[in-house]
Amino acid sequence: MAPKLPPHHPVEQSTASAAGGQASAHHAPPRGLLRWLLTTNHKEIGSLYLIFSLIMFFIGGIFALVVRAELFQPGLQLVNPEFFNQMTTMHGLIMVFAAVMPAFTGLANWMIPLQIGAPDMALPRLNNFSFWLLPVAFLLLLSTLLMPGGGPNFGWTFYAPLSTTYAPPSTTFFILSLHIAGISSILGAINIVATILNMRAPGMRMMDMPLFVWTWLITAFLLIAVMPVLAGVITMMLMDINFGTSFFNAAGGGDPVLFQHLFWFFGHPEVYIMILPAFGIVSAIIPTFARKRLFGYASMVYATASIAILSFLVWAHHMFVVGLPLVAELFFMYTTMLIAVPTGVKVFNWITTLFRGSITFEPPMLFALAFVVLFTIGGFSGLMLAIAPADFQYHDTYFVVAHFHYVLVPGAVFAIMAGVYYWLPKWTGHYPNVKLAQWHFWLSVIGVNLTFFPMHFSGLAGMPRRIPDYALQFADFNLVSSLGAFMFGASQLVFVAVVILCVRGGEKAPAKAWEGAEDLEWSVPSPAPLHTFETPPTFQRHEH
Amino acid sequence: MRTLLVWMAGSLGLALGVPLAMANGWNMPVGVTDVSREIHSLHMTIFWICVIIGVVVFGVMFYSLFRFRRSKGAKSAHFHENTTVEVIWTAVPLLILVGMAVPATATLKKMYDASDAELDVMIIGQQWRWRYEYLGEDVAFTSNLGTPRDQIRGAEARGEHYLLEVDEPLVLPINRKVRFLMTSDDVIHSWWVPELAVKQDTIPGFVNENWVRINEPGIYRGQCAELCGMDHGFMPVVVHAMEEEDFDAWLAERKEAAEQEAMGVDREWELAELMERGEGVYGSICASCHQAEGQGSPPAFPALAGNQRLIDDLEWHLDTVINGVSGTAMPAFRSTLNPVEIAAVVTWTRNAWGNDTGEAVQPADVAERLAQ
Repeated sequence: MAPKLPPHHPVEQSTASAAGGQASAHHAPPRGLLRWLLTTNHKEIGSLYLIFSLIMFFIGGIFALVVRAELFQPGLQLVNPEFFNQMTTMHGLIMVFAAVMPAFTGLANWMIPLQIGAPDMALPRLNNFSFWLLPVAFLLLLSTLLMPGGGPNFGWTFYAPLSTTYAPPSTTFFILSLHIAGISSILGAINIVATILNMRAPGMRMMDMPLFVWTWLITAFLLIAVMPVLAGVITMMLMDINFGTSFFNAAGGGDPVLFQHLFWFFGHPEVYIMILPAFGIVSAIIPTFARKRLFGYASMVYATASIAILSFLVWAHHMFVVGLPLVAELFFMYTTMLIAVPTGVKVFNWITTLFRGSITFEPPMLFALAFVVLFTIGGFSGLMLAIAPADFQYHDTYFVVAHFHYVLVPGAVFAIMAGVYYWLPKWTGHYPNVKLAQWHFWLSVIGVNLTFFPMHFSGLAGMPRRIPDYALQFADFNLVSSLGAFMFGASQLVFVAVVILCVRGGEKAPAKAWEGAEDLEWSVPSPAPLHTFETPPTFQRHEH
Repeated sequence: MRTLLVWMAGSLGLALGVPLAMANGWNMPVGVTDVSREIHSLHMTIFWICVIIGVVVFGVMFYSLFRFRRSKGAKSAHFHENTTVEVIWTAVPLLILVGMAVPATATLKKMYDASDAELDVMIIGQQWRWRYEYLGEDVAFTSNLGTPRDQIRGAEARGEHYLLEVDEPLVLPINRKVRFLMTSDDVIHSWWVPELAVKQDTIPGFVNENWVRINEPGIYRGQCAELCGMDHGFMPVVVHAMEEEDFDAWLAERKEAAEQEAMGVDREWELAELMERGEGVYGSICASCHQAEGQGSPPAFPALAGNQRLIDDLEWHLDTVINGVSGTAMPAFRSTLNPVEIAAVVTWTRNAWGNDTGEAVQPADVAERLAQ
């Protein structure tokens, strides 16, 4: 029987001990580049992850803008179809594996030790290693664009045999880079599990942990479970391409559909890997700015766990039109619809948290509220996609593109930005510039909806995804989407400006930067010193 | 918070505006089969359920955001759980989902029943065209993009059915149950016509099944829906649905033409005759990879113009066309082209773009080779 106690905890942690820790800690760290190459400090590694993911967000964004520029009007104007396919593929791969996932890992590195009162991650050297694998992996991946025959051009889902028998020669490098990125994810996940299970402040039980910690714990288990499946499937591709096997080659007795089963057994949990930590961030921000405790803490934990378990049972809803037997279609339709229940519970909990609160609209709150609305819209289209007969019409159209961009951009990405605005005062000691942040918010919200809302219509009207040119009846939708995409892309420059300005100066933030914030990270000074909680804080549970 | 109010009004406008905007060209087509109608009605039902839930949920949310602002002096309450409420909002969605799953299951069962078909059509996906074979009728042909490349490049005004037109549509009768058997010669494609509500992957090594019974004659257009390489965006599907008697007449005519063609194999063909036929075959089958001028697109698609091995080695050239090159994108044309077409296209490539071998490959020789 899990205890029903929520995470509310005034804490006795004197700033003196934290500051003292900083002074006495280690011999002087190396300077310059070497310091960043060798650092084992969770805050520095967290920053590295976040900076890396921001750079990759822009690179993946530029690829998306190449796609949107070509689709601005009917006809082939800017790029040829081969390069167009490389751009859609690289956009997907970079955004999923190099932007969204590392951003969440960066936030985890920074915040999990601070939220559970630990001095660092459990395995600091491993932490360093798992970060530095990423630049290696993605430099390798980006370099394939310059190789003869070009980079990956088979979509981020790289269905065989298009990605094996018919793939460009650079595919072997693509496989190697995904292997490296996968190892990085697994090591990062192991580290997070070890930290959360072993290093909580004395007195902090599992059911006292902030939801960001909980959602990341569950996400880490998902990563450990499915990354090896990805590694397996890309190794089978490697064998098919280079060593004459026929796992996915029908001419050799292989099975192209097996690829999709394996890929989506990884791929669907992967989707939740990109959204569960977002739930955690939003569950921290909404109570802070509603000045009211999170409604239904325990049900939030159970809902997250249910979503994670269900995510292993729904993979074939990506494959409704490959010719599965009727019973399989029904099974996957029912399990997929079931996911709406725990997801709904989460949305209801957030909204009930707002109800009868005392609400203000600081930048993190704006992003969190937009998350709730727009993620829910993505959830609705997800529910529609779950209806297998209707999916025969929706599948592989822009309706699907609209759906997953709603859950990933104003979903995952907005949650990351909300988290950055929320914790920037803790990281830098300064509040982000409110006016600029508001500009960033409104431009992003408008841009994201202009980009992705019309895609629902073009998809329903019959536009398939991943095409470089389209029939004339889709022209208006595409024009609006392209304009929106450039607006959204440009408005992210405002975000960079806010972050840089905030690092360099701004209104000073106290330890507890937001008056409604409750978790342990707000008990250490702002900016957080390099070393915190060297003496574990005494965790005090909120009394009923 | 005036901005917030604007946002609220905007979202509400969106929620109401969307259904209003669900005019033609914005929504899923109702289609021309019983199944497509059922799918459309499932789609609209689940859409309206989502709209209603959305209005309620976002209504409560924006009410709270408006009503409980600190700037209006709101003080926060202290409640943070309520088992009754939580059970209700778990159970009610579950019931709604069950209500949705029942009709969806019924429709899906209907879609999976391809029994008692009156006509079988094999649909074969190829990079980047469709091949249709009327099983048991000896009628088969490939269907290529009909839009001129100049329209794509913008050198010519785009027509009404830009990218959704083909040289030869799939012809089907109305009011008859037609079963599709679907496979692929190379990568995975997906044959999709929205008005027929048929979307099915064509997968190498698998034969998938689907079916239609079209209610109204007409021309229905769709596209390949699964990324299949370079020209994925340029392999449309066009279905021409005819009255039953018109269809029977069409089929008889096509059968006769096929017999005529088979007789042509045995006679001696002139070089000029082969070249004329070969140019057409090359344009519809080969040019998408090897390009109109034979320059190819290396390294994936080698050049044919000035290709020394091709010029020197007729045996190898014929073998490549007939059997393909395993492990590459070059398919075997043994079963998709007839002996006349193979002889003609080989003759064409051996004489076009300055290859100038002067050789005319006879259909009879190709037929003999195919028989081996």
